[in-house]
Amino acid sequence: MKKVYGSAAEALDGLLQDGMLIAAGGFGLCGIPELLIDAIVDSGVKDLTVASNNAGVDGFGLGKLLDTRQIKKMMSSYVGENAEFMRQYLSGELELEFNPQGTLAERMRAGGAGIPGFYTKTGVGTQIAEGKEVKQFGGEDYILEEGIFADLAIVKAWKADTTGNCIFRKTARNFNPPAAMCGKVCVMEVEEIVEPGTLDPDHIHLPGIYVHRLIQGSHEKRIEQRTVRKREEA
Amino acid sequence: MAWDRNQMAARAAQELEDGMYVNLGIGIPTLVANYVGDKDITLQSENGMLGMGPFPFEGEEDPDLINAGKQTITELARTSYFDSAMSFGMIRGGKIAAAILGAMEVAENGDLANWMIPGKLVKGMGGAMDLVAGVGRVIVVMDHTNKHGESKVLKECTLPLTGKGVVDRIITNLGVLDVVEGGLRIVECAEGVTEDDLRAATQATIV
Repeated sequence: MKKVYGSAAEALDGLLQDGMLIAAGGFGLCGIPELLIDAIVDSGVKDLTVASNNAGVDGFGLGKLLDTRQIKKMMSSYVGENAEFMRQYLSGELELEFNPQGTLAERMRAGGAGIPGFYTKTGVGTQIAEGKEVKQFGGEDYILEEGIFADLAIVKAWKADTTGNCIFRKTARNFNPPAAMCGKVCVMEVEEIVEPGTLDPDHIHLPGIYVHRLIQGSHEKRIEQRTVRKREEA
Repeated sequence: MAWDRNQMAARAAQELEDGMYVNLGIGIPTLVANYVGDKDITLQSENGMLGMGPFPFEGEEDPDLINAGKQTITELARTSYFDSAMSFGMIRGGKIAAAILGAMEVAENGDLANWMIPGKLVKGMGGAMDLVAGVGRVIVVMDHTNKHGESKVLKECTLPLTGKGVVDRIITNLGVLDVVEGGLRIVECAEGVTEDDLRAATQATIV
């Protein structure tokens, strides 16, 4: 069981195909798989559908894959921070499927848990419900949403042992566990790989069963909105 | 005379009770945190955190610690972190007592529109649809009229909905209104605003 690879390109070797569905972790630029995105850019794979809460910013994160026109369709909840995204979307070059944020997360979690569909009250009576089955439970309407079964998941954690047991750091966890779970194959990048036994088994956030390939690297971790307070205010 | 942004936020803070878990939206709702006083309120950030603290001191920003507006923030002694599926599980599951949100339009039946204007740039609904569908109480804080002076408190929303029949209370610069059977009920007028002023600025039915 060799999970640790030397580079993002090696970890993705043999996994990429034109037209595939990729689930990506991250929220904004927080906890995104920077190194794997760079390697996918270099691979030249195209016509991708990417399920990710956001689409990065111009020139960083998934924005890099938009700049190179490798993405055909995005499944996201919020895409406001990216001018190139908007240009491609408005010109019809890029498809966009809006998902409420919690619905997107649950679609990933469900896919990973072998649940092909679930009913939710999120979006009932809105555009999101159009074309979806409505069913009543206890006199209230719910809509049917489908689980996401991704060909590949790309995610980022803080630390992992060589078997893929991992922990995330603060709000960089976000979509990474559900995205990891819904991939037929999951490739994870971390800041530090440690030996089994180093991480407390009671503190593992995502067990290694969900992680197939693993790389270690250094991350830029760009901040999208730097907000601070002055010391005097304390 | 009417309330300014800070007075609206202060009024909204009165809606919060000791022990509540609350989600605050972007804009005026964010200011509500400044007015909770001694009340024991835990703020949820839907990207995966309960117990959101203030902005960090300069030089102490952590790229792994942001709120749903992607701003750098801090943690508190009570803070916990979790993934997005659990975060929206607690929202959809009704564990969050209240959400305070901005809006473009609210209708007398509680319909809310705050995510898109057809023909204009659409950024997405983010977590707004999940929040209004799931939390215990939805409180809207917004200006009573748009920049053309037209009422944002309507008989029916004209914009695509974020949620149907989801709003419980509306706090505007002119006063406080509740969604009740048959329309809206005036709860309170802002300082210097009369009931007649409020009615005149409101397109929705006031009962």
